[in-house]
Amino acid sequence: MENRENPEQVEDRENDMTITKAGPSRRGVLKGATALGAAALVTPFGTPLRAAPKAGGTLRVGMAHGSTTDAMDPGTWEADFMIFQAHTRNNYLTEIAPDGSLIPELAEGWEASPDAKVWTFNIRGGVMFHSGHKLVGEDVKASIEHHMGEESTSAAKPIVADITDIAVDGMNVIFTLANGNADFPFVLSDYHLPILPAKDGKIDPNTTDGCGPFKIASMEFGVGASYVKHDGYWKEGLPYFDGIEQIVIHDDAARQNALISGEVDYIDTADLNTVALLKRSPGIEILAVTGTQHYGLPMDTRAAPFSDNNVRQALKYGINRQQLVDTILNGFGSLGNDHPIGPGQRFFNTELEQKAYDPDKAKFYLKEAGMSSLDVDIHLADAAFAGAMDAGVLYSESASSGGINLNVVREPNDGYWSNVWMQKPFVGTYWGGRPTEDWMFATAYSEGAAWNETYWSHERFNELLVSARSELNEETRREMYWEMQDIVANQGGIIIPMFAAYVGAYSDALAKPEQVASNWRNDGHRIGERWWFA
Amino acid sequence: MGFLTGLFWLAATIIVALGAGWVFRQAAIAISPKGVAKELRTAPLTASFGMLMILLYIIAAVFAPVIAPFPETQVVGSEYQVWDDVHLLGTDNLGRDMLSRLIYAARNTVGIAFVTTALAFILGSVLGLLAATVGGWLDQVLSRAVDVLMAIPALIFALLLLTIIGTSIINMILVIALIDSTRVFRLARAVAMNIVVMDYVEAAKLRGEGLWRLITREILPNAMAPLVAEFGLRFCFVFLTISALSFLGLGIQPPTADWGSMVKDNATLISFGDITPLLPAGAIALLTVSVNFVVDWQLHRASGLKE
Amino acid sequence: MSHIWSMILQRLALGLLTLFIVSLIIFGATELLPGDFAQEILGQSATPETVKALREKLGLDQPMHIRYLGWLADILRGDFGESLANGQPVADLIGKRLGNTLSLAIYAAAIAVPLSLALGILAALFRNSFFDRFANASALTSISFPEFFVAYILIFLMAGRDGLFPSMASFRTDPSFTEYLYRAFLPALTLTLVVTAHMMRMTRAAIINLLASPYIEMARLKGMNPMRVIVKHALPNALAPIINVVALNLAYLITGVVVVEVVFVYPGLGQLMVDSVAARDMPVVQGVALIFAAAYVLLNLTADVLATLSNPRLVHGR
Repeated sequence: MENRENPEQVEDRENDMTITKAGPSRRGVLKGATALGAAALVTPFGTPLRAAPKAGGTLRVGMAHGSTTDAMDPGTWEADFMIFQAHTRNNYLTEIAPDGSLIPELAEGWEASPDAKVWTFNIRGGVMFHSGHKLVGEDVKASIEHHMGEESTSAAKPIVADITDIAVDGMNVIFTLANGNADFPFVLSDYHLPILPAKDGKIDPNTTDGCGPFKIASMEFGVGASYVKHDGYWKEGLPYFDGIEQIVIHDDAARQNALISGEVDYIDTADLNTVALLKRSPGIEILAVTGTQHYGLPMDTRAAPFSDNNVRQALKYGINRQQLVDTILNGFGSLGNDHPIGPGQRFFNTELEQKAYDPDKAKFYLKEAGMSSLDVDIHLADAAFAGAMDAGVLYSESASSGGINLNVVREPNDGYWSNVWMQKPFVGTYWGGRPTEDWMFATAYSEGAAWNETYWSHERFNELLVSARSELNEETRREMYWEMQDIVANQGGIIIPMFAAYVGAYSDALAKPEQVASNWRNDGHRIGERWWFA
Repeated sequence: MGFLTGLFWLAATIIVALGAGWVFRQAAIAISPKGVAKELRTAPLTASFGMLMILLYIIAAVFAPVIAPFPETQVVGSEYQVWDDVHLLGTDNLGRDMLSRLIYAARNTVGIAFVTTALAFILGSVLGLLAATVGGWLDQVLSRAVDVLMAIPALIFALLLLTIIGTSIINMILVIALIDSTRVFRLARAVAMNIVVMDYVEAAKLRGEGLWRLITREILPNAMAPLVAEFGLRFCFVFLTISALSFLGLGIQPPTADWGSMVKDNATLISFGDITPLLPAGAIALLTVSVNFVVDWQLHRASGLKE
Repeated sequence: MSHIWSMILQRLALGLLTLFIVSLIIFGATELLPGDFAQEILGQSATPETVKALREKLGLDQPMHIRYLGWLADILRGDFGESLANGQPVADLIGKRLGNTLSLAIYAAAIAVPLSLALGILAALFRNSFFDRFANASALTSISFPEFFVAYILIFLMAGRDGLFPSMASFRTDPSFTEYLYRAFLPALTLTLVVTAHMMRMTRAAIINLLASPYIEMARLKGMNPMRVIVKHALPNALAPIINVVALNLAYLITGVVVVEVVFVYPGLGQLMVDSVAARDMPVVQGVALIFAAAYVLLNLTADVLATLSNPRLVHGR
């Protein structure tokens, strides 16, 4: 991965580096070690600490998303406001640690049958909900079952679809899967799956109860929420803050102004156009982490001309990735190579050649496809990803030297995901990414998957996907994932020009742990229990 | 001190502007035929300045490809370059030449605004005058329909309609024209209501003049002044509507340059004291003020007030 | 006076009809929007299965006219229904925000109306003077900047790190009156700048329009002080168009300020409407649209009544 020498990127790169060693070993996943988990609990932020964290103070967070149509039901959570709320109020069975590895949270440990079809999770004792309810196995069962079944309207339905049965045996919860999945414990860290208190075998999806570090004091959708510390929190010494104010500030300028004028301590999204100016403001620090979030331009591989791989290759060579990273991301990100696996991930293919802007190659592939020039429309809106319109304009400029006339069609942000994405043949998309290679590929690249946005079907790829999922030999598995990345990059239907950093900013009154998680914004959305006031 | 400096520059600008207006008026009088020259002599300096500016905008719009140093959409540098000899006003967020885009935007923005306003006025004033002249059920139906359309907030209505039919330039012109025409209708009807009861209109009716002749010969000339005044403002509101739409995520198809979207694209810079977004905003403001100076002069002439 | 009452009654009846048609148009337009609630709320994570289940759960699989009639029947019983998204009663959602929206509109109007009337009268008095042109040019400049840009400039000038005013008007708890005035000052000022020019120009134009009339000429020839001529003789007769434009601008302050709400993080109805349209949350969309339309109808009616009252000839019949 290329890294520009750019002062803004220092922090970014520091995080990049530390993630490369991320990823639990297979054994660690198969059998979560209780002792290791306990150690991680005391200092979940990694060691060594810069200074001993101090307790107290109210953290005020300005957030770019949040709508009056948000809801408490975990099955509806989609945007950052509710996901932040989720990790502030709730705990999950498993947790992605700042280094990207999987650690136990409400599950003290777990064990899988040899075929990875039956999973037994040992639930932690002595965990108190805010309401005083004590965590038992039934809560876990009901919480997961909320997303399952015919009637379920949960967005998480596809990811729990493989569970055929959940049984409770005291403090053990046994999941039975239809197909073996070695990465199942990762699935249970998904933000849709918080553990909520059950009554008569069901959770109340609209409850504000939870067993996380903070209690909800008030919640007004689309406006804000306030939280107070949960005194009975089971993680010792946590959280440090006395309370949190979470405020929705949609407008980029307003959010930055709120930070500059000291009305909030932290903003989750900084406008990339002006982030360099923001950095110069006294007392403001920029937080940039690159992880698995990537922006892409998927093509419908069933539709002409995209059904011809030569056309797809031509389009992949006609995009100037470096220019996009420099201009659209202002350097806060890294080059993408047309597959969704980030450089920090376990099985990232380090030997795959990085595609670069090459109009001659684009012309060559067009010729292979029997064309002298190509006219295509790309349908974009900034809803696809921040800066998508501008990216389209730049792409169209660079593609023209490769004999490609790319016409950028502006679509409304409103309704983009239902009417444009996966409806029009050439569009824009973003993925927060998934913590495992299998999860990412299965979600958006396997044949017949609901979100296979390129309608791509590649026999060899699909075979590899299934066998890699249950492959026990680490080396063989690596080879398989490497080959799959190669296939997606050179035969797949998506152009992934860049991996985008999550860029936020905070006041220097705040202190952060040495390592900040990169699986989501806001330190994996767990800033509430991982940060403190200096 | 800063305040005084500001005041000095403001005064200097005003003097230069009025001076330019004076020079322009003298020049225009010199080259115009007699009748026009006589009219021009009555123009105050503000109106002369306004006419000069409008002329410059038109020149910029028509000859944009000749005047602009760079193409409209080409990326010619890195993003946000400072002002220098090559890029007189620097570059924008994608590295396109700011000055060139401002000039091309004159063509797009003024063109769109003019067509939109003209459509709104043709639709609104024809229906408004008709409603007032014919009266009865036609008036009732049209007035109630306009009431309904006006009861829906304009921006949200535009948002709804554009999302349904798509945001091509043609659609945007039609939607904004439709919404604006309700405002024009109200004004035209109100003004015409006062005129239709006048004796000379009654007389014309008795003479048996046709409806079309009645409207074009008797009513329209007397309703012209307030309509022209409204035109001046409405014309400029079109830029603002486009800008507000682009704030809410709809707007003109990129990479076409228009001032409203250019303000939006660069607006956050103002929080850090960077004046880049003031350029397109200033372009809108200057045209608004100029158009309305000229309109005011014409209104004053029409009002018959002598002083 | 009696025909004023009959006019009010007649207009109220027409107003109800207007509300009904508005609700039809909004319902139809929202239906025509591509995508429905189930698709929008699930967004990128929608699958055909979950969309179908959600539609069934919320009754969205029923035909459009059944849903509209159901909603209409509820409204006629005074029940605004519940948000599809989170089950909160629409009346509660709107209630809180309506208060916010009205306070901001009143705040801005309290500054803008007197200011623009005063400026308009002065401009008419000193017409064509430097003052007139300058006031005119500044007012025109202020309305030719997009609202959000005016807001940014005000924030930059008046709400920095050690600024005079807060850059956000948001308040999580009920503020005291003075605190409200302080926190909401910048949005109110922004709106003032946006609406003043229109009202000022109309005031000026309406007055100047009358100055050529014989009776004003007469008063002037009697040697009356020009200020007195305008305030005593011209203004009363110019009131009708002025009241009209004031009403239109008040309606704008209530229904059209979503952009200012967004910039100043002010929880008003505009943001609620835009969010609900984006999610196709029909009961909320309909509820807010009705409130907006009602505000417009009532203000319009008030303006007409006041305009009639301001004209003695109309009050006493013909």
